[in-house]
This record gives sequence, C-alpha cells and structure tokens, in this order.
Amino acid sequence: MELITKSLKELSSLMSKKEIRPSEITEELLSRIENTKDKLNAYITVEKEKSIEAAKLKDKELEKLSETEIPDLFGIPLSIKDNILVEGQKMTCASKMLKDFVAPYDATVIKKLREKGAIFVGKNNLDEFAMGSSTETSFFGVTKNPWDLERVPGGSSGGSAAAVAARSAIASLGSDTGGSIRQPCSLCGVVGMKPTYGRISRYGLTAFASSLDQIGPITKNIEDNAFLLNVISGLDSKDATSAKLPIPNYLEALNNDIRGLKAGLPKEYFVEGIDSEVKEEVMEAVKTLESLGVEIEEISLPHTSYAVETYYIIAPAEASSNLGRFDGVRYTYRAKEYQDLIDMYCKTRAEGFGNEVKRRIMIGTYTLSAGYYDAYYLKAQKVRTLIYQDFQKAFEKIDFIVTPVAPTTAFKIGEKTDDPIKMYLSDIFTIALNLAGLPGLSMPCGFDSKGLPVGIQLIGKAFDEETLYAVGYKLEKELNINNFPKF
Amino acid sequence: MKLSKEQVKHIALLSRLSLTEDKVEMFQEQLSDILTFVEKLSELDTKGIDPKFQIIPQENVLRKDISGMSFPYEKTFMNAPETNGKHFIVPKVVKK
Repeated sequence: MELITKSLKELSSLMSKKEIRPSEITEELLSRIENTKDKLNAYITVEKEKSIEAAKLKDKELEKLSETEIPDLFGIPLSIKDNILVEGQKMTCASKMLKDFVAPYDATVIKKLREKGAIFVGKNNLDEFAMGSSTETSFFGVTKNPWDLERVPGGSSGGSAAAVAARSAIASLGSDTGGSIRQPCSLCGVVGMKPTYGRISRYGLTAFASSLDQIGPITKNIEDNAFLLNVISGLDSKDATSAKLPIPNYLEALNNDIRGLKAGLPKEYFVEGIDSEVKEEVMEAVKTLESLGVEIEEISLPHTSYAVETYYIIAPAEASSNLGRFDGVRYTYRAKEYQDLIDMYCKTRAEGFGNEVKRRIMIGTYTLSAGYYDAYYLKAQKVRTLIYQDFQKAFEKIDFIVTPVAPTTAFKIGEKTDDPIKMYLSDIFTIALNLAGLPGLSMPCGFDSKGLPVGIQLIGKAFDEETLYAVGYKLEKELNINNFPKF
Repeated sequence: MKLSKEQVKHIALLSRLSLTEDKVEMFQEQLSDILTFVEKLSELDTKGIDPKFQIIPQENVLRKDISGMSFPYEKTFMNAPETNGKHFIVPKVVKK
C-alpha cells in the first residue's frame, strides 16, 4: 500500500525518473483489487495475466528509453468503466445482453491513453447500460460504497468512483449522461469531470443518449483529472460531434489566477429536497471560495425545476433508438427458443435487458411514436432550449456556477430501487448541464455527520474546463480533505 | 397519464420486448407514473421556441472521399451468436 496511495501525477513523475517500474505498480494495484473485490464489487473484469505481461514488457522498454522519451502515462495501470471499448477485453455494459461481448477495437480515448503508455487492468461496474444512479441495476450486482458498505456508491459510474476512492484504481474513465460521473464521485468523495459536449470523442463508448453522453476522468484529485483530460480530449474524425477546437493545457490552467472571478449561486438549487447537512457543507465551501478572492452572487436559473422531466423524455427516446441494435443478431446474446424472427427479437431482448433498461426503452418508444412525438419529444427539446438560455443569460455576468452535486450523501442499498422517480430525482442538480452541453466538475468539499462525503459542483461556460480546474485546484488545497476511506 | 394494459403490450411489441402478464402490470404502473411525472412540461409556454436538438454549433462535418480498409471479417463477426464467417445467420424470414 505504498504506490497505490499516490496520485497519478506523482506516479507519472516517479516513472519519468525511473524510480519505479511498471510491473511494481501494476502488481501492487492488482493485489489491492484482489483484496478488496469481494467487499466492493467495483470491477466486472480484471485482466490480471494480460496486465502483468504488458507491465513486464514495459519494464524492459523502460530500460531502453531516456528520461525525456518516457510518455506521460508510461506503465501506469488504469481502470475503465465497462461501457467503453478496450480491444480484446470484455465489455459488458453490466448487462446480461453483453456478458460475453469482446471489444473488437479500442475506443478513441483508449487509443489515446495507450499511445501515452497506459496499461488497462480492468473494467469497472456500472448501472446496466449506464441507466441508473446507484449501480444497483448492474447484472453483476451492486458496487458498495467504501465509506459505508451498506450504501450505494452512486451511479452510473459507481464502480469507477468506488474503486478510485478505495485506492483499488489509480484513476478511471467514466461516462456522464445526466450525472453519471459527478454524482458517484460526490457520493464516494473523489473528483470527476463531465467535460463540455464535444470535448472528447465518443467513438467506442456504448451510446445511451447520444446528444448528452460524454466521457470524463474520475481521479483522486484535481491535478490528476486535468492531467487525464489533456490526454483524452480532441477532435476525432470518427465522431462528427467532437469539437474542432484547440486543446488547452489543463495542467497549466491549474495555476491561473482566480481572484476577482465571479461565481453564481443559483437560488433554485438550494431549495426543496436538499439535505440540510449537504447544504451547510456546500455553503462552507462557498465561503472558502470567497476567502480565495472569488466574488459570489445569487443568480436565477428559472427553468431548473423542469430539467429532470425534460431529461426523462429526451434520454429514454435516444436510448430506445440506440439500444435497437441489440437484436440477437450481432451482439453475442440470442434467446435459445423462438418461433420466428420477431419472436427471436422479443425474447432475446426480454431475457437480455433488466427492468430499468426496459422501462426506458418503452418510455422512449412511446414518446417517439406517431401522435405523441410533438407532445413529448419535441416539447422536451423546446424546454431544453429554455434551460440552455437560462445558462447563457447567467454566464453574461458570471464566470462559473456553484451548486451541490447531489441532494443527499450516499443512500442505503435498496432504498430507492422500487421507486424509479425517487431514483431519478437523485440527479436533480446534475442533469441540467448535460441538457445544455456544459462542463461540470464534481469534487469533495466535506462530510456529513455520518462521515459520508459531500460534493460540490462547479459548472462552467462551454469549453471552459480551465476555469473549473483553476478554481477546483485552489479550493482543494484550502479545504485539504482526506478522501481516503478506512474500510 | 394512465396507460391501459393493451397500450403497454403494444409499446412492448414496438420495443421488441416480450412481457409476462405480471411484468405488464408492473410496467403499466411505472410507465404511467413516469408519463404523469413528465407532464409537468405542459405547464410551460413554448410557443415560438426552437427545439434544441444539438448544443454545439457545428454542422456538415465532411471528410475527403478516399477509399480505405474497412473493418475485417473476423472482427465484424467475432461477437455474432450465429455466423458462417461472412454473414450473420438469422431465422428464416421469407416463406417459400
């Protein structure tokens, strides 16, 4: 337990001076994963032999490289949410439908990390097809929160967040459609960024809601997060929605001056449904921001209370279309017995998908069907414009927005599973910015009286992740939170 | 918005999902709840508001039309439940 408690950046710097070897860190991490996996269930697949083999090859390679030639992530083991393709490894999306699916190619983000020398040790648990806020809809069982094993880690990137918190991952990649990076990071006390829509290529990420999905880093601290975002960002010819914009140096941005920046506190985010201890911790952090020279002012985002409803029309509609491909013909699972083609489709999908996925497919199918499209889908896209305009207007006079990440700290396993709407409301503070395409940073800002982590969310202008990192970096230093659970 | 059992069965067929009778009941209740929940949007006047299908102002992303290697057979079919190596095999669709 020496190397794995270090940050990604520290490990990278030790590697660049040849003070550690790839096999040393990889073997230490694999034994940590082994020792914690029964308690946490944060991994669906662990690639033990392959990773050790890759690390040993890198040991030899390292000897031949001069210090200046060593790539940034050389020999560093990473884990990846199991809805992103890593060639040759299983990719299950935590679904029975894909339990035997093997990735035929690398996602663009994986290709970029691989070029920098990273090793891929395993795939993290998630809600089935990333649909959920607790990792409870996984076909492979719930991931536990390392701060309290009776509680959920949040979701859908719950496996990634729990693993990073428990130091059974150095860093991980997640995906965020309505809060799936930020909410689990908040519940597990780690750092997660949902970058601006288009910042990162989605090629090789299993599509859930294509106009909302975005990949992002989940890390122990802000610096690691900026470090990874530098590597995975950028235009990709394989994703027409990736942005044709230069990639800023996010590590340099950490040192940007934040004095005089204006932060908005949206009054709609501090009203009903929010736990009083969460509110208190977030407001304490806001005071800390003030002490760092940030000017705070109250703002209004008047359509906030329509965001969850809007999302639960748009996301299921897009999902019902995206998940149409799982038809028993191309993607491993096919029902054993059926009468004809239609019956084969219906049985394969009934057997392969869990209840939450079925719910969303059916809601989406209904809202897109003839006669209902205008009333639901088109209406929701119009409300999306209003939500977008709220943010545009706010950003005319402020530089970033501060809110809680989630209305409560980690809740008990099973507490919300029977009530889909109650579960949907746990994303009440994260959903709006997916609809508006904006970047959001989730970072720990304190603990409640049960000792569970509380997170704060910084929302930025489109493609201004730099300001969020600069503010987050200083806030992190000032708050000095120990986010390593004793479990 | 309350869905009937027949509506749920129809949506399930459109969704290509076979449902047992108890699942029909469960989804009837849950889907109705969700549709009632999202009805809140009808409170808002959206006359004259354009829908926002895409957030980032970027359109007509083109590339040069140059031929290249496509995905090889072995990778294309490696996850197929039934294949002869060059085709996906499906249940018989046309009657003789």
